[in-house]
Amino acid sequence: MIAVIDYGVGNLFSLCRSLEAIGQEPVVTGDPELLRKADKLFLPGVGAFADAREKLRQSGLEEVIKEEVAKGKPIMGICLGMQLLFEESQEFGTWEGLGLIPGKVVTMEGVIPAHYKVPHIGWNELHFPQGDRHPLLKTVEEGDCVYFVHTFYATECDDAVIATAEYGAELTAAVARGNVMGCQFHPEKSGDVGLSILRTFCEGDW
Amino acid sequence: MITKRIIPCLDVKNGRVVKGVNFEGLNDVSSPIELAEYYTKSGADELVFYDITASAEGRGLFTDILRETASRVFIPLTVGGGINTIEDFDRVLKCGADKVSVNSGAIRNPDLVHQAAKLYGDQCVVLSVDVKRVDGVFRVFAKGGRENTGMEAISWIKRCVANGAGEVVVNSIDTDGVKQGFDIEMLDEVCQAVNVPVIASGGAGCIDDFIKLFHSLPKVDAGLAASIFHFGEVSISDLKRAMAGAGIPTRL
Repeated sequence: MIAVIDYGVGNLFSLCRSLEAIGQEPVVTGDPELLRKADKLFLPGVGAFADAREKLRQSGLEEVIKEEVAKGKPIMGICLGMQLLFEESQEFGTWEGLGLIPGKVVTMEGVIPAHYKVPHIGWNELHFPQGDRHPLLKTVEEGDCVYFVHTFYATECDDAVIATAEYGAELTAAVARGNVMGCQFHPEKSGDVGLSILRTFCEGDW
Repeated sequence: MITKRIIPCLDVKNGRVVKGVNFEGLNDVSSPIELAEYYTKSGADELVFYDITASAEGRGLFTDILRETASRVFIPLTVGGGINTIEDFDRVLKCGADKVSVNSGAIRNPDLVHQAAKLYGDQCVVLSVDVKRVDGVFRVFAKGGRENTGMEAISWIKRCVANGAGEVVVNSIDTDGVKQGFDIEMLDEVCQAVNVPVIASGGAGCIDDFIKLFHSLPKVDAGLAASIFHFGEVSISDLKRAMAGAGIPTRL
């Protein structure tokens, strides 16, 4: 069973429909018992880091996620959900993340040239910085486009970066470390390329 | 490299797709769900559903169609038409819209953009503005382009962006339906005034009009059109191949 973690942040409609489109029957839940029973977890999210972080903590789901991930359960964070996986975010303050992947989340303003628009919105090409593709991206070709909407991005991620996008700077597009994975872009809004990544995660043995 | 987006717009009335030529005289074209799937397969980068229904019953039909489309099409969906309140934002976002476009609603209640951006984020709020030259000045028109608000367009757009509009759709009433190309002069002024994505609308008649748009105005992020796609005058896949061939960053 695939569980989409419901902690009161963001719109889960499209993610669930896209998972159904690839033959899954996602369960949207904030119930710790169901999350413990699930085979794989999705951590979605849009909006502000601090608010999302607080909701995870207050709901007690932070502990559940950490415990399940420590036991080896695969998790995929999407957009803000990916950013929550890191050690720290500097989005309007300094906030502690879940610390499941090394790195911190910072604004792209000041990093990218001033004439680039912020947020980074639109379809951008994926590149593989380490040359070879991580198994999560086995269906993706260098230069395939996916859909991004974000202002903050993850940096100092050690060797966890498995894909980047060029936007006046090399921005972290996807990360993986063991059973913890994340996409800055929205696979549920990235057409066939996105659906294939979701399928690889759902069907893979991580 | 970020790519230039091609966005077909589907005007929906009582569950069917229509297209106004200069906003008048509507023709029924096809099923919005089928058209959305067809466009997505052809390479559309995003879809705009514009609800031109006035009745509550029509609204219900529209959200049913939106929900069904968002269950079958996995590219960004923007919804506009009849968005006057935060409840309207909520209604369409719950049915699978990713962004919500406001036009007359923002004119009636200028605080709407700010309220929505605070609740859902700037990226969710698209300002759509119908602009027409009146005595050499760009003016904002309301009510589907029928009513001159008297507001100067560039300052209106700047104000809405400052309030949190994350993208701007600029529809030139002067070029809309004429099929002689986008309103480069008007779009240039908007691009110089704001630093959020600008979507060009109104005037595309052929593939070259899009190429001219992106070559003359590298700051324009997307081109939007309706009838030329609906009536098959321009195929999205041909258009995108031609754009790539002309050196424009394009998702193929």
